[in-house]
Amino acid sequence: MSERPHIDRQHGQQLFRDMLRIRRFEAKCAELYQAQKIRGFLHLYDGEEAVAVGVMQALEAHDAVVATYRDHGHAIARGLAMGSLMAEMFGKVEGCSRGRGGSMHFFDRARRFYGGNAIVGGGLPLSIGIALADKELRPGAVTACFFGEGAAGEGEFHESMNLAELWELPVIFVCENNLYAMGMPLELAEAETDIFRKAQAYRMPSEKVDGMNPVAVEAAARRAVERARGGKGPSFLECRTYRFRAHSMFDAQLYRTKEEIALWKERDPVPRMQAWLEENHMLSAEELKRIEDQVDVEIDAAVAFAEAGQWEKVEDLERFVLMDEVPE
Amino acid sequence: MSSSVAKPVRMTYREACRQAIRDALTNDPRTFLMGEDVGLYGGCYAVTKGLLDEFGPSRIRDTPLAESAFVGAGIGAAIAGMHPIVEIMTCNFSLLALDQILNNAASIAHMSGGQFAVPLVIRMATGAGRQLAAQHSHSLEGWYAHIPGLKVLAPGTVEDARHMLRSALADPNPVLIFEHIVLYNAEDELDPAVESVDIGSAKIRRPGRDISVLTYGNSLPKALAAAETLAKEGIEAEVVDLRVLRPLDNATIFESVTRTRRCIIVDEGWKSGSISAEIAARLSEDLFFELDAPIRRICSSEVPIPYSRHMEEAALPQTSAIIETARSLVGRR
Ligand SMILES: Cc1ncc(C[n+]2csc(CCOP(=O)(O)OP(=O)(O)O)c2C)c(N)n1
Ligand SMILES: [Mg+2]
Repeated sequence: MSERPHIDRQHGQQLFRDMLRIRRFEAKCAELYQAQKIRGFLHLYDGEEAVAVGVMQALEAHDAVVATYRDHGHAIARGLAMGSLMAEMFGKVEGCSRGRGGSMHFFDRARRFYGGNAIVGGGLPLSIGIALADKELRPGAVTACFFGEGAAGEGEFHESMNLAELWELPVIFVCENNLYAMGMPLELAEAETDIFRKAQAYRMPSEKVDGMNPVAVEAAARRAVERARGGKGPSFLECRTYRFRAHSMFDAQLYRTKEEIALWKERDPVPRMQAWLEENHMLSAEELKRIEDQVDVEIDAAVAFAEAGQWEKVEDLERFVLMDEVPE
Repeated sequence: MSSSVAKPVRMTYREACRQAIRDALTNDPRTFLMGEDVGLYGGCYAVTKGLLDEFGPSRIRDTPLAESAFVGAGIGAAIAGMHPIVEIMTCNFSLLALDQILNNAASIAHMSGGQFAVPLVIRMATGAGRQLAAQHSHSLEGWYAHIPGLKVLAPGTVEDARHMLRSALADPNPVLIFEHIVLYNAEDELDPAVESVDIGSAKIRRPGRDISVLTYGNSLPKALAAAETLAKEGIEAEVVDLRVLRPLDNATIFESVTRTRRCIIVDEGWKSGSISAEIAARLSEDLFFELDAPIRRICSSEVPIPYSRHMEEAALPQTSAIIETARSLVGRR
């Protein structure tokens, strides 16, 4: 992990802890999917933890987040309670979207988490509008908009890039380039495979970032957020990363080789961060044990919370199709 | 006493739309208008002419040709606290924003368990009748009325053009307003005593005992003209202006048809899978035993609307067809 800015023990451990929380949460989700506690589509974030965790370090409470259907990492790193996420996937009313959204549609008003969006590219226009509103209502607030590299093929991506720069909006676009859109390899999908160059064509400050390194992601995100807060408009981060698991739970992964996966696993951000902290005497065996235990307790509690949750009353099926008022 | 009563003002549907927007921008700092050519150009149908000078470019915001992004931006701004009005030049182009309208605007409140509302108004021009040919003559309001989570309005009068916007903006839900291109030049007197209208009910525009003509938009004046002619023949047609296509005002529709026991639905949309089909289905489900005659529908021919004037006229619902259909139904008495 090169070009690392100075990080202290506490912060280093926090990055590691958050990535581990996501990693183990995803493992638990996979297990619960097998047990049929979780149904529907389930897109896990293993391998990409450094992106969400790195970006969230740069955000404050008044900032906004727009996520994709692969949103567990974003939600956890943004501070949504694991129990509410697990309950959501169990379909329980205590879920962060009352069990209406499932894995792909986590929402949280309090944390300005504007949803996992399951239409590829569909969240980008929302981020434009949120930033437009924030300029009026919450000066200084920034919107972080996450999407996969697959979104770069969509018109909504290009329309949104243009509007963001044209209107100098406080958005940071975070492209999670994991090299595949389902089974579609980047080289077969894009004439220009450096996605950040597309943003450059819209005159947007943009950079390619090592998405397997939370410190590099954080540093880039801080630069972008600073520009946005200072009224200097949007930025674009192309985070090169890799998903370790299948696209969703139904995927024979015919489109990539075991060797390629193994190569990327050598760059796994979780053990690498751990090793780096240990080498630099920033993580003792005791501390590691304590972190791991805490994470396991948190996940067990989340599962217990979800198990104990209630099913929403069927009579409420049509509730919130139309709202009676705008929630405060 | 009479001196304090304001006189009725005569104005066009276009001017009514403009005044409604001006009021909205004046009364709510969270409201702004954005869309293609709403500013410098003054609006594709000249609705927003002059407003840029009055309110400036951040409240009358010209957008590039990017329907999906600027509609989505309206949704984003609404969920983050603004009360935007988005203008889509015409409903024909709204197809490029369907994803945002359906998957975001209509879904976010329910999908988020009620955490977010989308208090957004989308205005768009609709309809045929100006020889604009197939790609500029769609009537898609019935399509949008299929979607839970939206409200769909079709102002057919100058009064509704003047006042529906305010109610739409006060509503916490995404509201689509379809302004008919032929109506922009229509003129009428506005009663100054009316300061607001509801966006929940259908209205009887002309009472009658013999047959109900259910319609909206630019078919409304055609239905009223037909009723005028029919009256001379002793047939009293009741003209019901649907106004709101979603949610449909069952109560007013059912009450009228229960009284007249006969019904024609006039809809500029194509017949198959249309709002007229929905209304006919509701009537046959709930009012079957009240009917003295089959429900009839007058809709656009199922063709891409052609350019040539006589062909376009042949493709659209016309007054003469309403008259003939009414005669045939009432004749069964
Ligand atoms: C507009 C749209 N088209 C197709 C799909 C089906 N789909 C779901 S995920 C996906 C791949 C997206 O890849 P990418 O954006 O790179 O994100 P990743 O899954 O790699 O995180 C596709 C094609 C969709 N959800 N939305
Ligand atoms: Mg991808």
